[in-house]
Amino acid sequence: MNVKVLVFASYADALGKSELALNLPPGATVGDCLAEVRRQAGGRVPPAPLVAVNQVYARPEQPLTEGDEVALIPPVAGG
Amino acid sequence: MCAWLTYDSLDIPSLLAEVAAEDCGGTAIFVGTVRRSAEDGEIAGIDYSGYEAMAEAEFDRIVADARSQWPDARIALRHRLGYVRTGEVSVAIVAAAPHRATAFHACRFIIEETKERVPIWKKECLATGDERWVKPHGG
Repeated sequence: MNVKVLVFASYADALGKSELALNLPPGATVGDCLAEVRRQAGGRVPPAPLVAVNQVYARPEQPLTEGDEVALIPPVAGG
Repeated sequence: MCAWLTYDSLDIPSLLAEVAAEDCGGTAIFVGTVRRSAEDGEIAGIDYSGYEAMAEAEFDRIVADARSQWPDARIALRHRLGYVRTGEVSVAIVAAAPHRATAFHACRFIIEETKERVPIWKKECLATGDERWVKPHGG
């Protein structure tokens, strides 16, 4: 299944891009997606960042579905 | 759905007008401004960026949480994105209620939740020309 991964701020700087397109096996979870991003990033993404799926914070065990938008969220600093 | 984010300068009187009501006896305002001094350098400004769609959604959820706790609070807020110079306002939260305790509680709740939950990031732009991402909680 195809998912879109967005990265922001310091993570985007580290990766040199702000978006990735991944094709994951059926039943893949947020954790699986993160592992694939980290594999492609060669260690430039922390092991346990905050993650959101379709603009809602998500846990690693959450399953993904076709077309999901996954975002890796660096430590937030608003306000 | 309200647009909580803006690239424009914040208009505090306009926010006050949004919450004004004849049955509100107390209004609390929080205004965040860009500070000049960091521990290791003078700041010229901060470049705010965000996951805008989720930031808007998270502000919706925070305001809904506040309204569930304080149903009689009237709330307005805006958070700037883009470059904000030292001394300028980056975020404003206004809460009005029949009594001041509710206004204070709702206003405080919203800024504290904003700092914990909303996907917005700050890049400090130093007077030297250097730039660095701000780590949260005093970083």
